[in-house]
Amino acid sequence: MAVTGAVLVAFLIGHMLGNLKIFLGAASFNSYAEWLRTVGEPAVPARSLLTVAEIVLTAAVVLHMWSAVSLARRASKARPVKYAKRRSQAGGYVVRTMRYGGVIILLFVIWHLLDLTFGAVNPKGFDATPYDRVVAGFAPARWWVTAFYVVALAMVGLHLRHGLWSAFQTLGLAAGRRRRFLDVFAAVFSAALVLGFVAVPVAVMIGVVK
Amino acid sequence: MNLTLKVWRQNGPADTGRMVTYQVTDVSPDMSFLEMLDVLNERLILDGDDPVAFDHDCREGICGMCGMVIDGVAHGEQRATTTCQLHMRHFEDGATVTIEPWRAAPFPVIKDLVVDRSSFDRIIQAGGFISVPAGSAPDAHSVPVKKDDADDAFDAATCIGCGACVAACPNGSASLFTAAKITHLGLLPQGQPERASRAVAMVDQMDLEGFGGCTNTGECTAVCPKGISLDVITQMNRDYLRSPK
Ligand code: HEM
Ligand code: SF4
Ligand code: FES
Repeated sequence: MAVTGAVLVAFLIGHMLGNLKIFLGAASFNSYAEWLRTVGEPAVPARSLLTVAEIVLTAAVVLHMWSAVSLARRASKARPVKYAKRRSQAGGYVVRTMRYGGVIILLFVIWHLLDLTFGAVNPKGFDATPYDRVVAGFAPARWWVTAFYVVALAMVGLHLRHGLWSAFQTLGLAAGRRRRFLDVFAAVFSAALVLGFVAVPVAVMIGVVK
Repeated sequence: MNLTLKVWRQNGPADTGRMVTYQVTDVSPDMSFLEMLDVLNERLILDGDDPVAFDHDCREGICGMCGMVIDGVAHGEQRATTTCQLHMRHFEDGATVTIEPWRAAPFPVIKDLVVDRSSFDRIIQAGGFISVPAGSAPDAHSVPVKKDDADDAFDAATCIGCGACVAACPNGSASLFTAAKITHLGLLPQGQPERASRAVAMVDQMDLEGFGGCTNTGECTAVCPKGISLDVITQMNRDYLRSPK
């Protein structure tokens, strides 16, 4: 969980910062996308970075889900008879946000790839530049796409908040005074990441980026 | 005060069990929860019925025998309180109260609300001990212990092995209990010789018993009658990661 989660977090940081390049204009954003495809050429073939990233991320997502499923299966084996009545005493959002939230995030990632990577559900399709695909995808008339992104990213934030904290704890880092700090850090970090992501679709929808 | 109780009744390990509704009348707010059940049982016995079996021993919050899930919360909603120390003044007259045993595969029900917690004993046997040279008692100050370590070890040592942490955990994990024992011994000089192997041995036994995996939900510490902190789980993870496997 912690290791595969860390890979996904590292990816999210890079992806979020890359996305913000859209505020520097179409040329900057498109050339960044181009750079991702050609970095290291001619020493390595085109798309080397992207191919490695795709393989590592797919492996991380699959292993992450595999850990999640085995944890859930162990949990249900450890409690064969359910409680007639059960009330959480610790806010109780964790299990729901992590397990069901994780599935929602997965569905979102699939939609997101169809939209902006393969262009299958994007109005401009695959042949447009990345910038045009973003602007068309989040056009004001398609406000529901933006709304869906915002909700899904909020789920990512909640998932990450517990995930980060949980990873610190799993690695034995969160004792005593440091627990409080890491708890706040996880929340602030997750919020900053989500805001960074959300900025792009919202900016397109309200016409700041055209 | 008068209450409606919905109590889990199960004749034995093989029985499937069911919730049964009872009325208890004339309960004093000064009674403990167990005394309230005593009132119910006296009436059941007079009526020729089978009394509700529940575990208890000290009735003063130190032995860890008296666990039950009250209205969906292990040991009831009162924080840092065992069932025997929970008083009826915290309930409203006329309320319906649901009472269930700890629910976990490694805690099989023996009868009604009584569960078998031998799995905890086996976790202790796996590593919850220290090697001491037997003989006359050493001088109290012959092995100095830092005040902070002594305090933290003592806090961890207050765990009474009641099992509420397992009962409350959505994963059915025994991490808080196991970690309390590992921390209690691991912080003291006397616990150092076995420290490297202790965490692995006890965690392996915990997994073998069929407890679930910890996902850091914090439900355990919220219901723990001794307020054992998640810090002990941090310590357990640290010892586990550091030990040569
Ligand atoms: C594919 C869909 C996903 C599913 C089904 C899923 C499920 C889970 C589950 C069940 C946990 C354990 C939670 C716990 O500690 O209670 C978890 C932890 C975690 N997740 Fe995800 N997740 C998914 C996607 C992601 C993504 C996209 C990220 C990256 C941002 C991520 C980052 C993390 C981190 C860092 C942890 C903490 C690891 C730990 O407990 O040590 N997850 N996930
Ligand atoms: S850690 Fe707390 S809840 Fe768990 S067995 Fe010990 S005293 Fe009971
Ligand atoms: S009966 Fe001993 S702790 Fe409740």
